[in-house]
Amino acid sequence: MDYTFQFGSVWAAMPRLIEGAKLTITLSVATIGIGLLIGILCALARTSHRAWLRRPAAVYVEAIRNTPFLIQLFMIYFGLPSLGVRLEPVQAALVGMSINCGAYATEIVRAGIDAVPRGQLEAARAMGFPVPSIVRHVILFPALRAVFPALASQFILVMLGSAVVSTVSVEELTGVAHLIETENFRPFEVYLVVTAMYLAIAFTFKVVFAAVDRFYFQARGRA
Amino acid sequence: MIREFGTVEFLYLLGAMRWTLGLSIVAFVGGGIVGLLIALLRVSPWAPFRWLATAYIQLFQATPLLMLLFLVFFGLALVGLSQDAFSSVTIALTCYASAYFGEIWRGSIQAVPQTQWQGSAALGFSYLEQMRHVVLPQSVRIATPPTVGFMVQLVKNTSLASIIGFHELTHAAQYVNNVTLKPILVYGIVGAMYFAVCFPLYLLSRRLEEKFNADR
Repeated sequence: MDYTFQFGSVWAAMPRLIEGAKLTITLSVATIGIGLLIGILCALARTSHRAWLRRPAAVYVEAIRNTPFLIQLFMIYFGLPSLGVRLEPVQAALVGMSINCGAYATEIVRAGIDAVPRGQLEAARAMGFPVPSIVRHVILFPALRAVFPALASQFILVMLGSAVVSTVSVEELTGVAHLIETENFRPFEVYLVVTAMYLAIAFTFKVVFAAVDRFYFQARGRA
Repeated sequence: MIREFGTVEFLYLLGAMRWTLGLSIVAFVGGGIVGLLIALLRVSPWAPFRWLATAYIQLFQATPLLMLLFLVFFGLALVGLSQDAFSSVTIALTCYASAYFGEIWRGSIQAVPQTQWQGSAALGFSYLEQMRHVVLPQSVRIATPPTVGFMVQLVKNTSLASIIGFHELTHAAQYVNNVTLKPILVYGIVGAMYFAVCFPLYLLSRRLEEKFNADR
């Protein structure tokens, strides 16, 4: 192998890569927030005894989970304008990622809700708890605590999956890397550095989620 | 010239499906072979092997598949091989799948009760004989549902191959969309094609899981 690695031009582009990494993190955090909200609402719908709530939620979850994210993204970015809805690349990415993340979060949260013992629900009802506080304290909190590790791995996959939105010209980490690579003709060096940055972000997310689990979920004693 | 979306375009997409399926199978076989090796190293009695396998799993599970694709694609040229999309995708998907299979199968191997190891040791089996005749055959049953479940991810992730120019279903979809300008129709049909492969796999994995739980 007679190739000399040259990282000079990559270091020179570092400020732009960091800007890209910031957008990657912003997009991921926003997606995690919206996705978790969608997940909670759809999980409640999926465990409801009303079929008109349960069925649409099931269709949403299966349709999203069994098609590639790339196709969903193209559907939103290229498809919606033909229906008169034109989204900026970043908006399309956020919508696509949130819809995608929401479907996975639904399945995970639903598993948590299924794990809540029926007796607790009946006890809360017998003691006259109002419905909103039953949902919040008796169903959702224990459910989320039970499945938080699974949610955390899914959220890290969301962050890693955000690399794909560079295909609709979002200038997040991968998008910026692509621009730099076409300027300095050093694709391997650029992507090597960017991969290391993704690894760093992924491990940071892991540490943060572990802290949330320990100090928020586990700190509140088990029932 | 804008073309109408007709039978020809549909058949063209259907034809591209074979590349998606082919790629999935190649990635499954490649990832399966390397993944088994990783899983065996991960449960090895020798600690450095375990660390190596753990590092491998952690590394590839925390790297975007797209980065892996780019690194392999541009890396092949660096070591003097031709920049061929098919080999790049195969190598990248193999690395990606083997990390997940390694982790899934490690769990399945460790789920085999400890008494099976003790029993076979008492019968004078060596470590490799224990693994081959006693532990692995039992872990296959535990491993099957999550393995089939992961195949859904694998089929979907072959779509990323389109980004480095490999002509599979998603690439063909972009092609057809560019000449028909009917994104909703084209991507809708292609989404349905992926669904037609993934959903049965998902149902199968769920049935296997229920069957496994019922048998216990």
